[in-house]
Amino acid sequence: MVTFTLNGQERTFDGDPDTPLLWVVRDFEKLTGTKYGCGVAQCGACTVHLDGMPRRSCITPISMVEGSEVVTIEGVSGKEADAVKTAWAGLDVPQCGYCQSGQVMSAVALLQMVPKPTDADIDGAMAGNICRCATYHRIRAAIHNAASSMEG
Amino acid sequence: MKFKLAFAGPALTGIAAACLFVTAGTALSPASVAQDANADARTLRPAASFQSIANEQERSVALFTEAGKVIQHPRCVNCHPATDRPLQGASMHPHQPPVFRGDGGMGLPGMQCTTCHSAENIPVVGQADTVKSIPGNPAWHLAPIEMAWEGKTLGQICQQIKDPARNGDMTMDELVEHMAHDELVGWGWNPGAGREPVPGTQAEFGELIRAWVDTGAACPAS
Ligand code: FES
Ligand code: FES
Repeated sequence: MVTFTLNGQERTFDGDPDTPLLWVVRDFEKLTGTKYGCGVAQCGACTVHLDGMPRRSCITPISMVEGSEVVTIEGVSGKEADAVKTAWAGLDVPQCGYCQSGQVMSAVALLQMVPKPTDADIDGAMAGNICRCATYHRIRAAIHNAASSMEG
Repeated sequence: MKFKLAFAGPALTGIAAACLFVTAGTALSPASVAQDANADARTLRPAASFQSIANEQERSVALFTEAGKVIQHPRCVNCHPATDRPLQGASMHPHQPPVFRGDGGMGLPGMQCTTCHSAENIPVVGQADTVKSIPGNPAWHLAPIEMAWEGKTLGQICQQIKDPARNGDMTMDELVEHMAHDELVGWGWNPGAGREPVPGTQAEFGELIRAWVDTGAACPAS
């Protein structure tokens, strides 16, 4: 039995300890905002925060999450999350939207670590989040907007 | 049926090549030659077996050359890149997704090694046979740039790992200890499903390095 915190609430999982966190979040917790893209850490669609750091949930066995805090797109909060949400809506960033919860989770984590990121910082942090609709230019602009909105 | 023929292609080519080999006059059967070559790539000669080389400097070079089967293996070189981007796989292609060195060789903010790599190799679930696991180790990180091995000859790597300015300021004893016991070095022998381990064992590798140091740490000319 694995016990962990999901979006601030204590949860348990007593299935196969090798079950990926992504499957637990989507299939057992029914939080379907986190997406399955590739299953092998190549696309970023499944990004969550694990103990405050971005993490690909598709390659994270639930056994690894024992005692940890998991935050998904449904639960992400704080000033960086608010700023990202506003900036994303302001620029209409998503196209199909499939990659976007992963993009948002990576963007929020970046802003928590680097409040005023350069283009290079953004490229470095977001390089693992693929968008098949190629919304990259709007993602970058929205991260800059979110950073500016948090100043002062 | 077509598929079967297609798959038979490389095997038939192999047999044709083996037949040529026989006509060239070898006494060994082609199968045993191939097996020996494979075994040689997967094992390390024991350090003691190099005693047959009387000249100490030649023995030292031969010991390091044998250890080079580990050092120049993709499992090792992939994280000793010449640029800030690690390599990946047996083909040593640039790491996908694109990741970069960052502080302490642990990646950039928001895209650190630990975004995907864990303290152990993680088998992937429900995937094609070509992707079996994500590699991991508690110390997962890139070697510092001054320890870059990518694109270097074994002789150049040999000179480099003796140079305190380019080996993390290690003495030769510390170097032996590192090669023989470092946990991340040891990952090379336990790289996870779907990845070829480096040859031999870490203990055998450590003994080769120890014997190389004890014989004067001579380097291959190239
Ligand atoms: S689904 Fe996890 S990285 Fe693609
Ligand atoms: S918005 Fe469609 S994949 Fe990114």
